[in-house]
Amino acid sequence: MCLGIPGQIVEVTDGERQMAMADVSGVKREVSVACVAQGDLEDLVGKWVLIHVGFAMSIIDEEEAAETLEALRGLGEAQETLEAMAHGVSALEGTQ
Amino acid sequence: MRFTEEFRDPKAAKALLKEINKVVDEIGATKEKPVHIMEICGGHTHAIFRYGLDKLTPAGIEFIHGPGCPVCVLPMSRVDECIELAEKPEVIFTTFGDAMRVPGTKKSLMQAKAEGADIRMVYSPLDALELARRHPEREVVFFGLGFETTTPSTALSIQQAAREGLTNFSVFCNHITVPPPIKALLDDPHMVLDGFVGPGHVSMVIGTHEYDFIAEDYGKPIVVAGFEPIDLLQSVLMVLEQIRDGRAEVENQYGRVVPEHGNAVSKAAVADVYEKRPTFEWRGLGEIDESGLRVRDVYKAFDAEAKFGIGYSAESRHVEEPEGCACGAVMTGRMKPMHCPQFGTGCTPEMPLGALMVSSEGACAAYYQYGGARAIEAAE
Ligand code: SF4
Repeated sequence: MCLGIPGQIVEVTDGERQMAMADVSGVKREVSVACVAQGDLEDLVGKWVLIHVGFAMSIIDEEEAAETLEALRGLGEAQETLEAMAHGVSALEGTQ
Repeated sequence: MRFTEEFRDPKAAKALLKEINKVVDEIGATKEKPVHIMEICGGHTHAIFRYGLDKLTPAGIEFIHGPGCPVCVLPMSRVDECIELAEKPEVIFTTFGDAMRVPGTKKSLMQAKAEGADIRMVYSPLDALELARRHPEREVVFFGLGFETTTPSTALSIQQAAREGLTNFSVFCNHITVPPPIKALLDDPHMVLDGFVGPGHVSMVIGTHEYDFIAEDYGKPIVVAGFEPIDLLQSVLMVLEQIRDGRAEVENQYGRVVPEHGNAVSKAAVADVYEKRPTFEWRGLGEIDESGLRVRDVYKAFDAEAKFGIGYSAESRHVEEPEGCACGAVMTGRMKPMHCPQFGTGCTPEMPLGALMVSSEGACAAYYQYGGARAIEAAE
Protein backbone atom coordinates (compact mmCIF):
# COMPACT_ATOMS: atom_id res chain seq x y z
CA MET A 1 0.00 0.00 0.00
CA CYS A 2 2.81 2.44 0.85
CA LEU A 3 5.22 1.47 -1.89
CA GLY A 4 4.40 2.21 -5.50
CA ILE A 5 4.90 -0.41 -8.19
CA PRO A 6 6.25 0.30 -11.68
CA GLY A 7 4.02 -0.27 -14.69
CA GLN A 8 4.11 0.61 -18.35
CA ILE A 9 1.26 2.60 -19.89
CA VAL A 10 -0.04 0.67 -22.88
CA GLU A 11 -3.22 2.50 -23.89
CA VAL A 12 -5.38 5.49 -22.96
CA THR A 13 -8.78 4.06 -22.05
CA ASP A 14 -10.79 7.13 -21.05
CA GLY A 15 -9.38 10.53 -21.92
CA GLU A 16 -12.04 12.49 -20.09
CA ARG A 17 -11.53 10.65 -16.82
CA GLN A 18 -7.78 10.49 -17.43
CA MET A 19 -7.65 6.72 -17.23
CA ALA A 20 -5.16 4.44 -18.96
CA MET A 21 -4.30 0.76 -19.11
CA ALA A 22 -1.02 -0.16 -17.50
CA ASP A 23 0.97 -3.36 -17.72
CA VAL A 24 2.21 -4.25 -14.25
CA SER A 25 4.46 -7.30 -14.37
CA GLY A 26 2.28 -8.82 -17.07
CA VAL A 27 -1.01 -7.94 -15.37
CA LYS A 28 -3.24 -5.37 -17.05
CA ARG A 29 -4.79 -2.83 -14.75
CA GLU A 30 -6.65 0.39 -15.47
CA VAL A 31 -5.04 3.29 -13.62
CA SER A 32 -5.59 7.01 -13.25
CA VAL A 33 -2.97 9.15 -14.95
CA ALA A 34 -4.34 12.43 -13.60
CA CYS A 35 -1.19 13.09 -11.54
CA VAL A 36 1.26 12.60 -14.39
CA ALA A 37 -0.80 14.03 -17.27
CA GLN A 38 0.80 16.88 -19.17
CA GLY A 39 -0.66 17.91 -22.50
CA ASP A 40 -1.67 15.02 -24.74
CA LEU A 41 -2.46 11.85 -22.79
CA GLU A 42 -1.39 9.74 -25.76
CA ASP A 43 2.18 10.86 -25.09
CA LEU A 44 2.11 8.67 -22.00
CA VAL A 45 1.75 5.46 -23.98
CA GLY A 46 4.95 3.46 -23.66
CA LYS A 47 6.12 5.40 -20.61
CA TRP A 48 6.95 3.78 -17.27
CA VAL A 49 5.21 5.10 -14.17
CA LEU A 50 5.20 4.38 -10.45
CA ILE A 51 1.67 3.36 -9.49
CA HIS A 52 0.24 3.81 -6.02
CA VAL A 53 -3.09 2.10 -5.34
CA GLY A 54 -4.25 2.62 -8.91
CA PHE A 55 -2.80 6.09 -9.49
CA ALA A 56 0.31 6.80 -11.52
CA MET A 57 2.28 9.21 -9.34
CA SER A 58 5.52 9.70 -11.20
CA ILE A 59 7.10 9.02 -14.58
CA ILE A 60 10.31 7.04 -14.28
CA ASP A 61 12.77 5.64 -16.78
CA GLU A 62 12.90 2.01 -17.80
CA GLU A 63 16.02 1.23 -15.83
CA GLU A 64 14.61 2.74 -12.63
CA ALA A 65 11.43 0.72 -13.24
CA ALA A 66 13.39 -2.53 -13.54
CA GLU A 67 15.44 -1.82 -10.42
CA THR A 68 12.43 -0.79 -8.36
CA LEU A 69 10.59 -3.91 -9.42
CA GLU A 70 13.52 -6.05 -8.39
CA ALA A 71 13.68 -4.34 -5.00
CA LEU A 72 9.94 -4.86 -4.52
CA ARG A 73 10.24 -8.52 -5.50
CA GLY A 74 12.99 -8.95 -2.93
CA LEU A 75 10.67 -7.60 -0.26
CA GLY A 76 7.70 -9.66 -1.42
CA GLU A 77 5.85 -6.41 -2.04
CA ALA A 78 5.49 -6.96 -5.80
CA GLN A 79 3.61 -10.22 -5.24
CA GLU A 80 1.48 -8.56 -2.57
CA THR A 81 0.50 -5.77 -4.95
CA LEU A 82 -0.39 -8.22 -7.73
CA GLU A 83 -2.53 -10.15 -5.25
CA ALA A 84 -4.21 -6.92 -4.20
CA MET A 85 -4.99 -6.19 -7.84
CA ALA A 86 -6.60 -9.62 -8.17
CA HIS A 87 -8.62 -8.85 -5.03
CA GLY A 88 -9.84 -5.68 -6.73
CA VAL A 89 -11.21 -7.74 -9.60
CA SER A 90 -12.93 -10.28 -7.36
CA ALA A 91 -14.37 -7.49 -5.20
CA LEU A 92 -16.15 -6.08 -8.24
CA GLU A 93 -17.49 -9.49 -9.14
CA GLY A 94 -18.59 -10.08 -5.56
CA THR A 95 -16.65 -13.33 -5.38
CA GLN A 96 -14.56 -12.73 -2.23
CA MET B 1 27.24 -16.07 1.26
CA ARG B 2 23.94 -14.30 1.59
CA PHE B 3 25.57 -10.93 1.20
CA THR B 4 26.73 -11.52 -2.36
CA GLU B 5 23.57 -13.34 -3.37
CA GLU B 6 21.25 -10.67 -2.10
CA PHE B 7 22.85 -7.52 -3.37
CA ARG B 8 22.49 -6.64 -7.02
CA ASP B 9 25.82 -4.90 -6.76
CA PRO B 10 27.78 -6.53 -3.93
CA LYS B 11 30.91 -4.58 -4.74
CA ALA B 12 29.17 -1.26 -4.27
CA ALA B 13 27.56 -2.54 -1.06
CA LYS B 14 30.93 -3.58 0.32
CA ALA B 15 32.49 -0.24 -0.54
CA LEU B 16 29.61 1.59 1.16
CA LEU B 17 29.87 -0.56 4.27
CA LYS B 18 33.59 0.14 4.47
CA GLU B 19 32.94 3.85 4.25
CA ILE B 20 30.16 3.61 6.85
CA ASN B 21 32.54 1.86 9.26
CA LYS B 22 35.10 4.55 8.72
CA VAL B 23 32.69 7.42 9.40
CA VAL B 24 31.26 5.66 12.46
CA ASP B 25 34.82 5.45 13.81
CA GLU B 26 35.45 9.09 13.01
CA ILE B 27 32.32 10.03 14.93
CA GLY B 28 33.49 7.84 17.76
CA ALA B 29 30.21 5.94 17.94
CA THR B 30 30.28 2.54 19.64
CA LYS B 31 27.85 -0.17 20.69
CA GLU B 32 27.66 1.49 24.11
CA LYS B 33 27.37 4.98 22.69
CA PRO B 34 25.69 4.52 19.31
CA VAL B 35 24.28 7.07 16.90
CA HIS B 36 20.52 6.69 16.68
CA ILE B 37 19.15 6.80 13.17
CA MET B 38 15.42 6.56 12.63
CA GLU B 39 14.08 5.19 9.38
CA ILE B 40 10.67 6.75 9.16
CA CYS B 41 9.05 4.60 6.49
CA GLY B 42 7.75 1.10 7.17
CA GLY B 43 9.00 0.02 3.75
CA HIS B 44 12.50 0.91 4.88
CA THR B 45 12.03 -0.99 8.15
CA HIS B 46 11.05 -4.03 6.10
CA ALA B 47 14.08 -3.63 3.80
CA ILE B 48 16.50 -3.19 6.73
CA PHE B 49 15.38 -6.51 8.24
CA ARG B 50 15.04 -8.29 4.93
CA TYR B 51 18.62 -7.53 3.96
CA GLY B 52 19.98 -7.69 7.49
CA LEU B 53 21.31 -4.16 7.22
CA ASP B 54 21.12 -3.76 10.98
CA LYS B 55 23.59 -6.65 11.28
CA LEU B 56 25.83 -5.66 8.37
CA THR B 57 26.32 -2.12 9.62
CA PRO B 58 28.60 -1.51 12.61
CA ALA B 59 27.32 -1.77 16.17
CA GLY B 60 27.85 1.97 16.53
CA ILE B 61 24.64 2.52 14.57
CA GLU B 62 21.31 1.86 16.19
CA PHE B 63 18.27 1.88 13.95
CA ILE B 64 15.12 3.20 15.57
CA HIS B 65 12.07 2.08 13.65
CA GLY B 66 9.76 4.97 12.97
CA PRO B 67 5.98 5.29 12.94
CA GLY B 68 5.75 5.01 9.15
CA CYS B 69 3.42 2.04 8.84
CA PRO B 70 -0.16 3.30 8.61
CA VAL B 71 -1.62 -0.04 9.64
CA CYS B 72 0.54 -0.10 12.79
CA VAL B 73 -0.49 3.31 14.05
CA LEU B 74 -4.20 2.87 13.42
CA PRO B 75 -5.94 3.14 16.80
CA MET B 76 -8.22 0.38 17.95
CA SER B 77 -11.17 2.71 18.19
CA ARG B 78 -10.93 3.39 14.46
CA VAL B 79 -10.95 -0.32 13.70
CA ASP B 80 -14.07 -0.62 15.85
CA GLU B 81 -15.65 2.18 13.86
CA CYS B 82 -14.79 0.44 10.59
CA ILE B 83 -16.60 -2.63 11.85
CA GLU B 84 -19.58 -0.58 12.98
CA LEU B 85 -19.81 0.82 9.44
CA ALA B 86 -19.22 -2.53 7.78
CA GLU B 87 -21.97 -4.23 9.76
CA LYS B 88 -24.64 -1.84 8.54
CA PRO B 89 -26.79 -3.92 6.17
CA GLU B 90 -26.82 -1.30 3.40
CA VAL B 91 -23.03 -0.87 3.41
CA ILE B 92 -20.42 -2.46 1.19
CA PHE B 93 -17.23 -1.73 3.12
CA THR B 94 -14.12 -1.58 0.95
CA THR B 95 -10.58 -1.62 2.25
CA PHE B 96 -6.95 -2.30 1.38
CA GLY B 97 -6.18 -5.89 2.33
CA ASP B 98 -3.47 -4.71 4.77
CA ALA B 99 -6.10 -3.51 7.22
CA MET B 100 -8.04 -6.77 7.43
CA ARG B 101 -6.17 -8.31 10.35
CA VAL B 102 -5.66 -5.25 12.54
CA PRO B 103 -7.23 -6.11 15.88
CA GLY B 104 -10.08 -3.97 17.18
CA THR B 105 -11.37 -4.22 20.72
CA LYS B 106 -13.69 -7.11 19.85
CA LYS B 107 -12.69 -8.26 16.40
CA SER B 108 -10.83 -7.47 13.21
CA LEU B 109 -12.37 -6.72 9.82
CA MET B 110 -11.40 -10.26 8.83
CA GLN B 111 -13.53 -11.67 11.65
CA ALA B 112 -16.40 -9.32 10.85
CA LYS B 113 -16.30 -10.50 7.24
CA ALA B 114 -16.37 -14.13 8.35
CA GLU B 115 -19.44 -13.28 10.42
CA GLY B 116 -21.22 -12.02 7.32
CA ALA B 117 -20.44 -8.31 6.96
CA ASP B 118 -20.05 -7.28 3.32
CA ILE B 119 -16.38 -6.31 3.43
CA ARG B 120 -14.38 -6.34 0.23
CA MET B 121 -10.64 -6.06 -0.18
CA VAL B 122 -9.81 -3.76 -3.05
CA TYR B 123 -6.59 -2.62 -4.64
CA SER B 124 -7.64 0.95 -5.20
CA PRO B 125 -10.35 3.44 -4.25
CA LEU B 126 -11.12 3.31 -7.98
CA ASP B 127 -12.48 -0.20 -7.37
CA ALA B 128 -14.74 1.21 -4.66
CA LEU B 129 -15.97 3.90 -7.05
CA GLU B 130 -16.77 1.24 -9.61
CA LEU B 131 -18.66 -0.78 -7.00
CA ALA B 132 -20.71 2.33 -6.18
CA ARG B 133 -21.57 2.74 -9.86
CA ARG B 134 -22.60 -0.90 -10.15
CA HIS B 135 -24.62 -0.99 -6.92
CA PRO B 136 -26.68 2.21 -6.74
CA GLU B 137 -28.93 0.56 -4.13
CA ARG B 138 -26.03 0.05 -1.70
CA GLU B 139 -23.80 2.44 0.25
CA VAL B 140 -20.17 1.93 -0.69
CA VAL B 141 -17.74 3.11 1.98
CA PHE B 142 -14.01 3.19 1.29
CA PHE B 143 -11.61 2.95 4.21
CA GLY B 144 -9.16 5.77 3.45
CA LEU B 145 -5.95 4.66 5.11
CA GLY B 146 -2.36 5.68 4.69
CA PHE B 147 0.12 8.50 4.44
CA GLU B 148 0.73 11.00 1.67
CA THR B 149 1.22 8.17 -0.83
CA THR B 150 -2.42 7.07 -0.71
CA THR B 151 -4.13 10.33 0.27
CA PRO B 152 -4.15 11.72 -3.29
CA SER B 153 -5.93 8.57 -4.50
CA THR B 154 -8.94 9.07 -2.23
CA ALA B 155 -8.97 12.83 -2.84
CA LEU B 156 -9.08 12.29 -6.59
CA SER B 157 -11.73 9.58 -6.16
CA ILE B 158 -13.95 11.94 -4.15
CA GLN B 159 -13.53 14.63 -6.82
CA GLN B 160 -14.48 12.07 -9.47
CA ALA B 161 -17.53 10.92 -7.47
CA ALA B 162 -18.61 14.55 -7.15
CA ARG B 163 -18.25 15.11 -10.89
CA GLU B 164 -20.35 12.03 -11.61
CA GLY B 165 -22.93 12.95 -8.98
CA LEU B 166 -22.57 9.60 -7.20
CA THR B 167 -24.59 9.71 -3.98
CA ASN B 168 -23.72 6.28 -2.57
CA PHE B 169 -19.94 6.63 -2.25
CA SER B 170 -18.12 7.90 0.82
CA VAL B 171 -14.66 7.72 2.38
CA PHE B 172 -13.97 6.91 6.02
CA CYS B 173 -10.94 9.14 6.20
CA ASN B 174 -8.02 8.02 8.35
CA HIS B 175 -5.28 9.61 6.31
CA ILE B 176 -2.32 10.79 8.30
CA THR B 177 0.75 12.83 7.49
CA VAL B 178 4.41 12.08 8.10
CA PRO B 179 5.89 15.32 9.47
CA PRO B 180 3.77 15.79 12.67
CA PRO B 181 4.75 12.52 14.39
CA ILE B 182 8.39 13.25 13.60
CA LYS B 183 7.98 16.59 15.32
CA ALA B 184 6.24 14.88 18.26
CA LEU B 185 9.10 12.39 18.59
CA LEU B 186 11.69 15.17 18.40
CA ASP B 187 9.82 17.04 21.13
CA ASP B 188 9.80 13.94 23.35
CA PRO B 189 12.59 14.43 25.93
CA HIS B 190 13.01 10.65 26.25
CA MET B 191 13.83 10.15 22.60
CA VAL B 192 17.41 10.24 21.41
CA LEU B 193 17.50 10.75 17.66
CA ASP B 194 20.61 11.82 15.81
CA GLY B 195 19.37 11.66 12.25
CA PHE B 196 16.70 10.38 9.89
CA VAL B 197 16.34 8.32 6.76
CA GLY B 198 13.34 9.91 5.06
CA PRO B 199 10.57 8.12 3.18
CA GLY B 200 11.01 7.81 -0.59
CA HIS B 201 7.55 7.47 -2.04
CA VAL B 202 5.90 9.84 0.43
CA SER B 203 8.46 12.42 -0.60
CA MET B 204 7.72 11.80 -4.25
CA VAL B 205 4.28 13.25 -3.48
CA ILE B 206 5.09 16.01 -0.98
CA GLY B 207 8.65 16.92 -2.02
CA THR B 208 11.51 17.49 0.38
CA HIS B 209 10.74 20.89 1.89
CA GLU B 210 8.26 19.52 4.42
CA TYR B 211 11.29 18.20 6.29
CA ASP B 212 13.06 21.55 6.49
CA PHE B 213 11.99 21.95 10.13
CA ILE B 214 13.96 18.83 11.08
CA ALA B 215 17.20 20.42 9.94
CA GLU B 216 16.41 24.06 10.66
CA ASP B 217 14.50 23.90 13.96
CA TYR B 218 15.94 20.72 15.47
CA GLY B 219 19.40 20.66 13.91
CA LYS B 220 19.09 17.03 12.76
CA PRO B 221 20.09 15.60 9.38
CA ILE B 222 17.59 13.83 7.15
CA VAL B 223 18.25 12.02 3.88
CA VAL B 224 15.34 10.96 1.65
CA ALA B 225 16.10 7.42 0.49
CA GLY B 226 15.14 4.85 -2.14
CA PHE B 227 14.21 1.24 -1.39
CA GLU B 228 17.08 -0.79 -2.71
CA PRO B 229 19.53 -1.96 -0.06
CA ILE B 230 22.23 0.08 -1.81
CA ASP B 231 20.02 3.18 -1.57
CA LEU B 232 19.59 2.61 2.14
CA LEU B 233 23.30 2.11 2.79
CA GLN B 234 24.13 5.20 0.81
CA SER B 235 21.55 7.23 2.71
CA VAL B 236 22.81 6.00 6.08
CA LEU B 237 26.30 7.04 5.00
CA MET B 238 25.03 10.49 4.02
CA VAL B 239 23.36 10.89 7.44
CA LEU B 240 26.56 9.80 9.18
CA GLU B 241 28.67 12.23 7.16
CA GLN B 242 26.38 15.06 8.16
CA ILE B 243 26.69 14.07 11.81
CA ARG B 244 30.47 13.86 11.52
CA ASP B 245 30.68 17.25 9.82
CA GLY B 246 28.26 18.87 12.23
CA ARG B 247 25.83 19.65 9.41
CA ALA B 248 22.04 19.39 9.51
CA GLU B 249 20.50 19.40 6.06
CA VAL B 250 17.70 17.87 4.06
CA GLU B 251 19.42 15.76 1.42
CA ASN B 252 17.83 13.73 -1.35
CA GLN B 253 19.48 10.42 -2.18
CA TYR B 254 16.42 9.40 -4.27
CA GLY B 255 16.47 12.38 -6.63
CA ARG B 256 15.84 10.11 -9.60
CA VAL B 257 12.26 9.66 -8.34
CA VAL B 258 11.69 12.41 -5.76
CA PRO B 259 11.29 15.93 -7.16
CA GLU B 260 12.10 18.77 -4.78
CA HIS B 261 8.55 20.10 -4.87
CA GLY B 262 6.64 16.83 -5.09
CA ASN B 263 3.67 16.19 -7.34
CA ALA B 264 1.61 19.31 -8.02
CA VAL B 265 -1.61 17.61 -9.16
CA SER B 266 -1.86 15.36 -6.13
CA LYS B 267 -1.01 18.16 -3.71
CA ALA B 268 -3.76 20.30 -5.25
CA ALA B 269 -6.32 17.48 -5.04
CA VAL B 270 -5.47 16.79 -1.40
CA ALA B 271 -5.73 20.50 -0.53
CA ASP B 272 -9.08 20.75 -2.31
CA VAL B 273 -10.71 17.75 -0.60
CA TYR B 274 -9.07 17.53 2.83
CA GLU B 275 -8.23 19.78 5.75
CA LYS B 276 -6.18 19.11 8.89
CA ARG B 277 -7.95 17.77 11.93
CA PRO B 278 -7.00 19.68 15.09
CA THR B 279 -5.72 16.38 16.48
CA PHE B 280 -5.65 12.69 15.58
CA GLU B 281 -4.96 9.59 17.65
CA TRP B 282 -2.00 7.33 16.81
CA ARG B 283 -1.71 3.87 18.27
CA GLY B 284 1.23 3.88 20.64
CA LEU B 285 1.84 7.61 20.31
CA GLY B 286 -1.44 9.13 21.49
CA GLU B 287 -3.04 12.28 20.12
CA ILE B 288 -0.83 14.32 17.81
CA ASP B 289 -1.76 17.85 16.73
CA GLU B 290 -2.66 18.37 13.09
CA SER B 291 -1.48 14.91 12.15
CA GLY B 292 -4.64 13.64 10.48
CA LEU B 293 -6.90 14.79 7.67
CA ARG B 294 -10.65 15.03 7.33
CA VAL B 295 -12.98 15.73 4.43
CA ARG B 296 -13.80 19.42 3.93
CA ASP B 297 -17.38 20.55 4.34
CA VAL B 298 -17.86 21.14 0.61
CA TYR B 299 -17.39 17.40 0.08
CA LYS B 300 -19.40 16.43 3.17
CA ALA B 301 -21.67 14.19 1.09
CA PHE B 302 -18.64 11.91 0.58
CA ASP B 303 -17.52 11.86 4.21
CA ALA B 304 -18.53 8.60 5.89
CA GLU B 305 -18.06 10.17 9.34
CA ALA B 306 -20.65 12.84 8.60
CA LYS B 307 -22.91 10.53 6.64
CA PHE B 308 -23.12 7.83 9.31
CA GLY B 309 -22.41 9.94 12.41
CA ILE B 310 -19.31 7.95 13.32
CA GLY B 311 -15.84 8.70 14.62
CA TYR B 312 -14.55 12.16 15.33
CA SER B 313 -17.93 13.55 14.36
CA ALA B 314 -19.40 11.59 17.29
CA GLU B 315 -18.05 11.92 20.83
CA SER B 316 -14.46 10.97 21.56
CA ARG B 317 -13.64 7.44 22.55
CA HIS B 318 -10.16 6.49 23.58
CA VAL B 319 -9.65 2.75 23.96
CA GLU B 320 -6.84 1.24 25.99
CA GLU B 321 -4.37 -1.15 24.37
CA PRO B 322 -4.65 -4.83 25.32
CA GLU B 323 -2.93 -6.04 28.50
CA GLY B 324 0.76 -6.81 28.33
CA CYS B 325 1.18 -5.25 24.91
CA ALA B 326 4.23 -3.02 24.52
CA CYS B 327 3.34 -1.50 21.16
CA GLY B 328 3.76 2.05 22.41
CA ALA B 329 7.26 1.44 23.76
CA VAL B 330 8.32 -0.38 20.60
CA MET B 331 6.79 2.30 18.43
CA THR B 332 8.85 5.01 20.06
CA GLY B 333 12.02 2.93 19.96
CA ARG B 334 12.18 2.55 23.76
CA MET B 335 11.87 -1.23 23.52
CA LYS B 336 12.99 -3.80 20.96
CA PRO B 337 10.19 -6.02 19.64
CA MET B 338 11.64 -9.21 21.12
CA HIS B 339 11.54 -7.69 24.59
CA CYS B 340 7.76 -7.38 24.48
CA PRO B 341 6.39 -10.16 26.70
CA GLN B 342 3.89 -11.07 23.98
CA PHE B 343 6.40 -11.29 21.13
CA GLY B 344 6.22 -14.65 19.38
CA THR B 345 3.95 -16.13 22.03
CA GLY B 346 0.75 -14.16 22.53
CA CYS B 347 1.45 -12.14 19.40
CA THR B 348 2.42 -13.60 16.02
CA PRO B 349 1.73 -12.53 12.42
CA GLU B 350 -1.01 -15.18 12.22
CA MET B 351 -2.68 -14.04 15.46
CA PRO B 352 -1.54 -10.45 16.01
CA LEU B 353 -2.28 -8.85 19.35
CA GLY B 354 -0.74 -5.53 18.43
CA ALA B 355 -0.76 -3.76 15.11
CA LEU B 356 3.03 -3.79 14.73
CA MET B 357 2.72 -7.51 14.08
CA VAL B 358 0.16 -7.18 11.30
CA SER B 359 1.97 -5.84 8.29
CA SER B 360 5.44 -6.72 7.03
CA GLU B 361 6.21 -3.03 7.47
CA GLY B 362 5.62 -3.24 11.21
CA ALA B 363 8.76 -3.58 13.31
CA CYS B 364 7.48 -6.62 15.22
CA ALA B 365 6.43 -8.54 12.11
CA ALA B 366 9.72 -7.71 10.41
CA TYR B 367 11.68 -8.92 13.45
CA TYR B 368 9.58 -12.04 13.63
CA GLN B 369 9.84 -12.82 9.94
CA TYR B 370 13.56 -12.26 9.45
CA GLY B 371 15.19 -12.42 12.82
CA GLY B 372 12.49 -14.27 14.75
CA ALA B 373 14.32 -17.29 16.06
CA ARG B 374 17.58 -15.42 16.50
CA ALA B 375 15.87 -12.52 18.21
CA ILE B 376 14.02 -14.77 20.63
CA GLU B 377 17.22 -16.66 21.47
CA ALA B 378 19.00 -13.39 22.07
CA ALA B 379 16.26 -12.26 24.38
CA GLU B 380 16.36 -15.44 26.42
S1 SF4 C 1 4.93 -8.16 19.92
FE1 SF4 C 1 2.77 -7.68 19.51
S2 SF4 C 1 1.98 -6.86 21.42
FE2 SF4 C 1 4.24 -6.79 21.57
S3 SF4 C 1 4.80 -4.74 20.85
FE3 SF4 C 1 4.86 -6.08 19.07
S4 SF4 C 1 2.82 -5.93 18.14
FE4 SF4 C 1 2.66 -5.07 20.24
